[in-house]
Amino acid sequence: MEKAIEVSRLWKIFGRDVDHIELNQETISQLEESDEYIAAVCDMSFSVNKGEVFVVMGLSGSGKSTLIRCLLRLIEPTAGSIRINGYDVCGLDQEELTKFRRQQVAMVFQHYGLLPHRTVLENVGFGLKLQGVPEKERLDLSHAWIERVGLQGFENYYPDQLSGGMQQRVGIARALACDPPVLLMDEPFSGLDPLIRREMQEQLCRLQHGMQKTIFFVTHDLEEGMRLGDRMAVMRGGRFVQIGTPEEIIANPADDYVASFVQDKRNASQEVELCSLKH
Amino acid sequence: MFPEALEFHVSGSINNLVEWMLHTFRGFFDWVAEAILGMLMFLNDALSILPWWAYLLIVCILAWLTTRRVATTVTLTLLPLIIGIFGLWELAINTLAIILAAAFISILVGIPLGVLIAESPIAAGFIRPLLDLMQTMPSFVYLIPAVIFFGLGYVPAVFATIIYSLPPIIRLTDLGLNQVSEDVIEAALSCGATRWQLLREVQLPLAVPSILAGINQTTMMALAMVVVAAMIGGGGLGYEVLRAINRIDVGSGFEAGISVVILAIIIDRLTQGLAKRWEPPTVNNS
Repeated sequence: MEKAIEVSRLWKIFGRDVDHIELNQETISQLEESDEYIAAVCDMSFSVNKGEVFVVMGLSGSGKSTLIRCLLRLIEPTAGSIRINGYDVCGLDQEELTKFRRQQVAMVFQHYGLLPHRTVLENVGFGLKLQGVPEKERLDLSHAWIERVGLQGFENYYPDQLSGGMQQRVGIARALACDPPVLLMDEPFSGLDPLIRREMQEQLCRLQHGMQKTIFFVTHDLEEGMRLGDRMAVMRGGRFVQIGTPEEIIANPADDYVASFVQDKRNASQEVELCSLKH
Repeated sequence: MFPEALEFHVSGSINNLVEWMLHTFRGFFDWVAEAILGMLMFLNDALSILPWWAYLLIVCILAWLTTRRVATTVTLTLLPLIIGIFGLWELAINTLAIILAAAFISILVGIPLGVLIAESPIAAGFIRPLLDLMQTMPSFVYLIPAVIFFGLGYVPAVFATIIYSLPPIIRLTDLGLNQVSEDVIEAALSCGATRWQLLREVQLPLAVPSILAGINQTTMMALAMVVVAAMIGGGGLGYEVLRAINRIDVGSGFEAGISVVILAIIIDRLTQGLAKRWEPPTVNNS
């Protein structure tokens, strides 16, 4: 199967003068003992297939937000290589990186990251404006996407006048308006209340059905990961402890950590079975 | 007593340095002086053309546009009348011209400097301590270099006022740019914004309320300095205050002082109102 994202031996270490560290067995074990350095992403290698929804699940502090930011170099990786659609992301210079971000990837953020001084319409067209797309085309595309995410009638509102769910719809429309093949989503629905979250997940599924994008989705919510993910990875301490389909992970947790993570889910499904047996 | 052998004077060298600068940069100082004077005269003439009631009208319209409150608008509109009644109208216009000239130049220089120190840590390392120094110095100190380089008159008064009123606009531009939330910057970068686009499309527009607060502060500082600058020939209301002090004439000192205060209130309210208007609407005030 064709790969959209290929990551190999990726490291991100936070600390002073990290850039000068040569990574080898010896320094890595030193790093792990020292208090001055924190490895948020440890020697990660994985790949994501084209058109697949890949969910990374982990608790806060597991390094998942750092990982997703490394993919488009919002955070500079310390070592390793990232290939997205054939682009060697770590090797791009500033100009190429800008072009890569404009055309190949788009990101949706937990806190929306909307421009408070721009209307919904202008926010959706922001990426297009940066690319220098002519105004008429920009407006047409923005209107089309506003309609697709169900925000027609709110074009001239400002972000602070909208609810969280609606703001995130703007965020999604902004990301999709540039029509990138890869979509990165960093806990996009975590700040929303459960009903809205459910609705947004369903909408994302519907959108994805029509687009077949490669989606890299970060969440701390198992339920969400299971609903959306074609494949799922459980992350802990900067490493993936298990990768597989949601069903595989629930059926065969790789270790106690994953087991405790999915336990509620197993209990719940057992209860459902029990209930259905009774009736 | 302190041993005379340990004394060491730098005053001679400083005097020499100033002499040398005056001599070497004569052309530059002349050019600056001419530019400042030309601008001041233009402003003064332009402001003098307007009849007194036109000012009331302008204040009234601006006050209504920026505050939308009847009481504030009426008060601000009637206040300038007091200046006229005290017979200080023309002097107030002179003062206003100096304030506007100095504030305009300060803003023109200050905003780019603010952007520079927000963007470049190296520039910040040089400029920030300088700003600290400028803000701890008593305002009278600024009169000295102004007099040395430009003699007495309007030009040194404007020059000293510029130097004195420069720090707030630089600092608040810097602050405004740094206060832009990391989320928004990250989002703009992920959309593929270049550094220049980030500054123009995201950081500067979001820093505008802070920059407007800086403009307000800079204008108020300019007003404060204009009164002091009367000592080196700034003229205007400040000179009236100075003369009252020399003659121990409390009455006319009061009249001139009140006029300065009125000018300050009007400028302050109008520029502050402008800053409030700029905030994007939220759920609460839509």
